[in-house]
Amino acid sequence: MGFKRIYTKISNITKATCTLKAEGARFGELAKVNGMPAQVISVMGEDVTLQVFSGTEGISSHSDVIFTGSPPILKVSDLLAGRFLNGYGEPIDGGPELRGETRAIKGNAVNPVKRSKPSTLLATGIAGIDLNNTLVTGQKIPFFADPDQPYNQVLAEVAMRAEADKIILGGMGLSNDDYLFFKNTFSKAGVLNKIVCFINTSENPPLERLLIPDMACTAAEYFANDQKQKVLVLLTDMTLYADALAIVANKMDQIPSKDSMPGSLYSDLASIYEKSVQFAHGGSITIIAVTTLNEGDITHAIPDNTGYITEGQLFLKQDADIGKVIIDPFRSLSRLKQNVIGKKTREDHPQVMNALVRLYADAMDAKTKKENGFDLNEYDKRCLAFAKDYSRKLLAVDVNIPIDQMLDTGWQLLQTYFKKFEVGIKENIMDHYWDDEKTVNA
Amino acid sequence: MNTGKVTGVISNLIFIEAHGAVTQNEICLIHSENKQLMAEVIRVTGTQVSAQLFETSMTIKMGSLVDFTGRMLEVELGPGILSKKYDGLQNDLTKMSGLFIEIGQTTPPLDSDVYYNFTPLIQPGETVHAGDWLGSVKENWIDHKIMVPFVLKGAYTVVSVVKKGDYLINDVMAVLTSEKDEKIEVTMVQKWPVKRAINAFQQKIRPHKILQTGLRVIDTLNPMAEGGTGYIPGPFGTGKTVLQQAIAKNSKADVLIVVACGERANEVVEIFTEFPKLTDPDTGRTLDDKTTIICNTSNMPVAAREASVYVGMTLAEYYRAMGLKVLILADSTSRWAQALREMSNRMEELPGPDAFPVELPATIANFYSRAGITQLNNGAWGSVTFIGTVSPAGGNFKEPVTESTSKVARCFYALSQKRADAKRYPAIDPIASYSKYLDYPEFVENTDTSLQKGWVALVKKCKDLIRNGLEARDQISILGDDAVPVEYHVVFWKSEMIDFALIQQDSFDDVDMNNSLERQRYMFNKLMDIGDMEFTFTEFEEVATFFKQLINILKQMNYAPFDSAQFKKHKKELDKALLHNGEKMVTQL
Repeated sequence: MGFKRIYTKISNITKATCTLKAEGARFGELAKVNGMPAQVISVMGEDVTLQVFSGTEGISSHSDVIFTGSPPILKVSDLLAGRFLNGYGEPIDGGPELRGETRAIKGNAVNPVKRSKPSTLLATGIAGIDLNNTLVTGQKIPFFADPDQPYNQVLAEVAMRAEADKIILGGMGLSNDDYLFFKNTFSKAGVLNKIVCFINTSENPPLERLLIPDMACTAAEYFANDQKQKVLVLLTDMTLYADALAIVANKMDQIPSKDSMPGSLYSDLASIYEKSVQFAHGGSITIIAVTTLNEGDITHAIPDNTGYITEGQLFLKQDADIGKVIIDPFRSLSRLKQNVIGKKTREDHPQVMNALVRLYADAMDAKTKKENGFDLNEYDKRCLAFAKDYSRKLLAVDVNIPIDQMLDTGWQLLQTYFKKFEVGIKENIMDHYWDDEKTVNA
Repeated sequence: MNTGKVTGVISNLIFIEAHGAVTQNEICLIHSENKQLMAEVIRVTGTQVSAQLFETSMTIKMGSLVDFTGRMLEVELGPGILSKKYDGLQNDLTKMSGLFIEIGQTTPPLDSDVYYNFTPLIQPGETVHAGDWLGSVKENWIDHKIMVPFVLKGAYTVVSVVKKGDYLINDVMAVLTSEKDEKIEVTMVQKWPVKRAINAFQQKIRPHKILQTGLRVIDTLNPMAEGGTGYIPGPFGTGKTVLQQAIAKNSKADVLIVVACGERANEVVEIFTEFPKLTDPDTGRTLDDKTTIICNTSNMPVAAREASVYVGMTLAEYYRAMGLKVLILADSTSRWAQALREMSNRMEELPGPDAFPVELPATIANFYSRAGITQLNNGAWGSVTFIGTVSPAGGNFKEPVTESTSKVARCFYALSQKRADAKRYPAIDPIASYSKYLDYPEFVENTDTSLQKGWVALVKKCKDLIRNGLEARDQISILGDDAVPVEYHVVFWKSEMIDFALIQQDSFDDVDMNNSLERQRYMFNKLMDIGDMEFTFTEFEEVATFFKQLINILKQMNYAPFDSAQFKKHKKELDKALLHNGEKMVTQL
């Protein structure tokens, strides 16, 4: 491009944005204000408004502004593997500058008719996931967790166990401790060569977070489409990402909708999550995210909009009866499980899964009854005993067994605690798997 | 053509300085990097025009040239629409090149190189009006009528019409003259602006005929009528989409229009992959043959969400004008409302509740009112039945989109989080949900003959049975199992039986997923007979055990093909259980 014009007269400065008179700027273009990255968020005639990622502290009305002529970009190549980068796609690991093809982040949408139906099982060994909420490559699903729950540990665990060619971590507002936790986990597991990390810690400016998911997805698209690999993208924590969106909207005088969030929250989140895809050539992008909740409140705009976009959600819950964290079987859901259960897994999978959860619901009713001081009948008591066993053997996040074994465990639980007619499973499946001799309550 | 130039960009809101006259809702084309990007005029202030862009605006430069087309957003109507997969602006997605949708890429909605076999339905010399049938071609297996263009006003005389034979869609099929002697050449294709309803019919009447969806909780308890409207609100994870897809797969409609508006791409992919393989239970053809999918998923341009629902409705009206039964499903109308909100917000309009535009209720009402059963000019009947899903923020039905919709839609299928948590699918709340058609005398009369005398009364009785059961359950949980009369347990368990055997339905089971009205009638009578029986139990525990056995048998019946040997076997078991459990618990009929 050669010569780039430098502007030195800023007319308006807010906490997150600044406005100046400039020519030829485009919406979405990247600029530098005093060397600090900024993005064009509105052009009105000659008035150009920039969102300054690092905040506007220290920017004066005479600061230098240079337009780069392009939206934020990432240099993609196989050299990305093993790297730790910031929100601008710059190394933070002391390694060499990235080289490769320059790609604008936030690329075009995949034509829906060119997508394939996601139907490859993504096993994790965690029964609360594989049995009740089976994941599929090309899926997008968040963990809904309270801040005190070990969501990043579970996320790392899932990432390590899932079969993926590349794992791309997008960390937004990560505490430095959690950042180091991920780094250590990856290096201990010896998988550094198959990870790419885009990190914004809580020490970095909050608006830089806005770039992280698009950076991660652009890298993911390179590996999944250009290299036809199975890519797993981890995004944590999307609540902090949405908070950053709210800051920008507020500074732009937008009228907030529910919970002070911008009216475009749904579309903003969808543009990220919809990057998950199963390509016909075998490459895929699976997104597992974390959305932290405020005391389990899923009606807040962030988890609410997320829930409408993602293909299910996984709830973590502390089960006081067994003293472990479990995957809540009621609130959790994997929408794409129907594509694999009973098809890629054993035929009895859907029926066993449903029977167990239904009986667990009966147990919760019995528990409420007990807490309200009512006498429990014989069935209630069996349910409660079952619930404890079920929680310990199948729902706890520390379970690590193959799916067939989960199903066998399920049958064993059913036969230990229930009568044949109480399980409500289809006759042909019952005939095949129910062993009258093993039934305790004949 | 009038022109203008771009003076401002905020996301997909474009500001244009126009030279000359500009019409509200006119389509303009913005020149950007050798492409022309489509936008719709949404505000005119002097020479300042605001337009919503149906693309991302990253490539647009200040000062770019803008052409105003003088036309509103239109669809092309003609044979070849069925089995197509369109984006929100009626671009054929299958014809697009590349894995990704490039900015500004457009493709023709119809196939100009396919021959259709035309049969004339009219003679030269006859007088015709807009919407009258000139001839018919086979589109898949449907008789697709070639009609007098809807835009024509007044009477026309047929000068000529081509002979039976194979023609391309742009060939002239007939020549008409107006009363003023203007000559009009009619091809198989016509255009229509999507935001206007096609009104080429004699009259629209009150819906009275049941539209079979194959779902028991709808057909039996909360029936949808041909030409009716309904909506499905529910928090995420309660099965809105699964329910809507079940309706799509099993409904007795001639033509199906599915609008995926701002929802997940993978759900559309599921329809793409499944529909060509699924058999339409009604005709034995593949479901794809009678279906058009309009797909503007959540990552596709936001402004085109609004367009997508209107495109879908216009296509539905077009097929209705051929005397067909059309079902249109839109998932989800909330995303459309959100798109309106985003734009209203960018335009800095004063907001209504929850920052939605103030005209939202009127916009929604206007849209739902385009459904209906109509008598065409030639006396034939056609219908558009519309079912929309609503995604209420926070699962709270007291929000603007749900409230606005509740005022116009006649059927309400409330999805309940509690039922979904307990995996009681479909999670339609049997008490909160309703069908206002049950109160239509026309509907009562129709079911009296088409199903059985007193059908609606029986349905209402069943609802009371469920209501009583819930009350009994509350009493039991407040007072305790043994502190209430055993009779309370019987009342409760009768409602549980209705829940498990009627309301719950396995949409992933080949047999259970779709019930004919005949089967529903049979099972409903069976269940209501049991509901009428008086049982005498001594212990409350016996009640649960007895009914669980009944439920188990009833579920096995639901899984068995209707009237099969297996079905009959379970029916015998049921009769036996009802009689013989009486040893201890005396059964009286």
